[in-house]
Amino acid sequence: MTNTKSAPLDPGAIPWLLAAALATAAPHAAHLPLWLSLSVGAALLGRAWLWRTGSPLPPRWLLMLVALTGVAAIGWQFRTLLGRDSGVALIVFFMAMKPLEMRTRRDSTALVMLGFFLLLTHYFYSQSIITGLWLLAATTLLVATLIRLHGGGQPVRVIARDAALLLAQSLPLMLILFFLFPRIAGPLWGLPQDAHSGFSGLSDRMSPGSLNRLIESGAIAFRVEFAGELPPQTSLYWRGPVLDDYDGLTWSAPPSGARPPATAPVIESRGKSYHYVSTLEANNQRWLLALDLPLERPAGSMLARRFETLAREPLRARARFAFSSAPDFVANRDEDPALLQQSLRLPAQLNPRSRQLAQNWRAQFASPQEISDQALRFFAQHDFVYTLRPPLLGQNAVDDFLFATRRGFCEHYASAYVVLMRAAGVPARVVTGYQGGEQNPVDGYLTVRQSDAHAWAEIWIAGRGWRRIDPTASVAPSRIERGIDAALPANDPLPALLRIDSDWLRELRNHYEAANNRWNQWVLGYNPQRQRELLSRLGLTDPDWRSMSAALATLCALALVAIATLCQRQRATPAQRSWRRFCTRLARLGVARNEWEGPLAFAARVAREKPPLAALCFEAASLFAQLHYGSGTPAQLQGLKDCTRRLPSSWRKIR
Amino acid sequence: MSIADRLKQSLFRFGVDHEQPIVLTRRRIFIMPTASGLLFAAVLFVMLLGAINYDLALGHALVFLLAGIGLVAMIHTFRNLFALRITPGRAEPVFAGELARFTVHLENTHRQARCALEFAFGKNEAVSISVAAAGQASVDVPCLAPRRGRLDPGRITLSTPYPLGFFRAWSTPHPPFSCLVYPQPIAAPLPPPGAAAHDGQRDGEQGEEDFTGLRLRRPSDSPRHIAWKAVARDIDHRPLLVKEFAGGAAPELWLDWSSTPADSGIETRLSLLAGWVLAAEQSGAPYGLRLPGLALEPDHGDAQRDACLEALALYDEH
Repeated sequence: MTNTKSAPLDPGAIPWLLAAALATAAPHAAHLPLWLSLSVGAALLGRAWLWRTGSPLPPRWLLMLVALTGVAAIGWQFRTLLGRDSGVALIVFFMAMKPLEMRTRRDSTALVMLGFFLLLTHYFYSQSIITGLWLLAATTLLVATLIRLHGGGQPVRVIARDAALLLAQSLPLMLILFFLFPRIAGPLWGLPQDAHSGFSGLSDRMSPGSLNRLIESGAIAFRVEFAGELPPQTSLYWRGPVLDDYDGLTWSAPPSGARPPATAPVIESRGKSYHYVSTLEANNQRWLLALDLPLERPAGSMLARRFETLAREPLRARARFAFSSAPDFVANRDEDPALLQQSLRLPAQLNPRSRQLAQNWRAQFASPQEISDQALRFFAQHDFVYTLRPPLLGQNAVDDFLFATRRGFCEHYASAYVVLMRAAGVPARVVTGYQGGEQNPVDGYLTVRQSDAHAWAEIWIAGRGWRRIDPTASVAPSRIERGIDAALPANDPLPALLRIDSDWLRELRNHYEAANNRWNQWVLGYNPQRQRELLSRLGLTDPDWRSMSAALATLCALALVAIATLCQRQRATPAQRSWRRFCTRLARLGVARNEWEGPLAFAARVAREKPPLAALCFEAASLFAQLHYGSGTPAQLQGLKDCTRRLPSSWRKIR
Repeated sequence: MSIADRLKQSLFRFGVDHEQPIVLTRRRIFIMPTASGLLFAAVLFVMLLGAINYDLALGHALVFLLAGIGLVAMIHTFRNLFALRITPGRAEPVFAGELARFTVHLENTHRQARCALEFAFGKNEAVSISVAAAGQASVDVPCLAPRRGRLDPGRITLSTPYPLGFFRAWSTPHPPFSCLVYPQPIAAPLPPPGAAAHDGQRDGEQGEEDFTGLRLRRPSDSPRHIAWKAVARDIDHRPLLVKEFAGGAAPELWLDWSSTPADSGIETRLSLLAGWVLAAEQSGAPYGLRLPGLALEPDHGDAQRDACLEALALYDEH
């Protein structure tokens, strides 16, 4: 065998290598420091210039100096060399330096390997469909580079075709491996500090303005797939943090809320219950946002004493959770007196007018239900306006809102309502979460966005338990029935995505989001749990890694055999096909060609055995011989086909 | 026979392949990952760990795509050799010490081109060639010819790293190659024409008036006649030469085994004769060759030269 290690680098391969380096490094420019991106560009350009002019490569000591400087600068920029981002920066830097000392084929193979590795690092930052498509393109380029390195100077078109073919053939293997390779839930070791950053979502505090920042975002919070029909829009309340503590400005969740309750909450359904699977985007929080109120929860989650469903760990990656919920419920008829006490506390000095109003109602009405109805009537009968741009409120925020500004959105109404209820001696609390959602007609998923963030209230009535009251519904019923874009005046700020009027744009968005959802469900959200679901659906119940590996190996082997067979199949030329058809027809007339018989020898035999066919056979055989062994013309091919047509359809006609 | 030997024989049992063309069938093709293939596997493993650790779904996809590419590349590397038809061509005779070039004719019946086919004899330098789809090509594979005689280069190693260099497929067919290797010629002055015609005559008694050329020194020659200048030019490879002087008519030129020094080895004497053949051919005069048990009548021209050199190459071959 020959030794390829020291094979010198073919200069014709250098543009390919530079293109590969550029394609794998360039998208990182979006988050690398500018100086690094510029130096990488300069190094690649410089190498291209050296190639154009055929100049020698810079001396090793100079490269070493530049490399050390670069590493030091990256260390200084990121304050470490061991983090995720600094690691990416280092690889990008080496990717740009390597071409400057590329002398042999082995060097350039190392560059391509580095390129493969660099591709992986892009997924730290984005895993969208676009990134996935770009993965295919960049991989094709790297494979084409390897083909150019080992196959010599063929035309670009041929190299590109071969690379694309190779990729197309490996796609089935990729799919098999992707779905069947035993998945391990990471992380395997501690992640660097910068591994998680940038999440948005609900928080355990609600102060004026915190919710409308969320509402202005069109980002998707979660998607829900219902097993049967959807609950009515007006009962789509997705329960997030419950806020029980009020200091006059901010509502917050009591710190004890996240602890497991002493006695399990009692929840009964009064109507239909719904089964669904919800796919939550990563939000770095523990709330699983179940439909109010959950009857069955995913394993490993906990129902807190205020009925929030909590995961064991903050959600750092998109995940699926199965629930069943009852929108119409009776919950905790017997409530812990300490908790009820907490739901009556108000800051002592604030909001005197509101307290006075509530005291009057308390004297006027006998039951908590009537007091609540009166409060809602109060909102409905006065000129309250639903807007995301409320005026600023003073120290007595609820008084200002109820008697002066009367402009606000869900957080104002829920907050004012709960203050009134508590002042009237009815245990009440603020519940935040999401309300509504939009069903995507393409895939039937209900999409809930950050803009669906909502705050409502709950009151406790002796003998009835907790009851959901949404004061916003009294002011802006359309918010609950049709979503936020219907409830808001047109000049209020909202993400453009939510204000789409044209039908085709909406349809386009629906398709895009449905595709994204499938991508998320099947590609990004494909985890060990999802794998188990899929395998059990395929009939592999309770799969362990042994049976999975066996299935995997079998399928891979089958796919390889299929590909190998496809590769080796000799596709017949048009001339061969026509000649074969001619021979098949002749065989029906009683003269079958032997496998080893050449065309002219066969024609001679036909002439002996069936003299009337001799002329036609000789014509066909010589046409085929010219087409197959010489350089035939299209006219000759047509002639061969005509010969087939001129064959008599049965032997009788010849005689 | 040990098990290993038996295994070896069943794996590599092909003797000389007399059937032509040689078609590279499955059993003739071997395939192994190369160093860069192993590096690729290592890189994939590290990437898989990264993808698991950071829970990157697309990272998994990328790793699996690359693994698929690696496996498919194996098929392609194999296919690049599979069903290739090889016909040994002829090899032009060479002098010992030169590179013999064996022509190999290739026929590709596939509808895809075959790239980067590397041919080599043993440790000799490899040559690379591509064959177009449904095309034919010929390649000259070099092999060092160290000794005169018939050179059998043995098995030819045909290997390819195409397309990605992760695998190397190879086959070692053994076509009946043969190349005539002439003795390495020693440039020496021609013997005097007719000198050898009278066998047994002492040559040292020739006149000393007319310088006619150089010849090999015999023990009886006077040291005064040694051509020191000619010797100094290439002291390692030439026997001592003496100046020769003669007069008289030129009879026909016989290059005779017996006029070479009897005390040098057979190979040296054959080399000397080969050098004489070349010199005689260049001089344009007819010449004959006389070896023990063989004589070629005087003639000249390429055919005569080749016949003489072939006789020298095959003389007393074991």
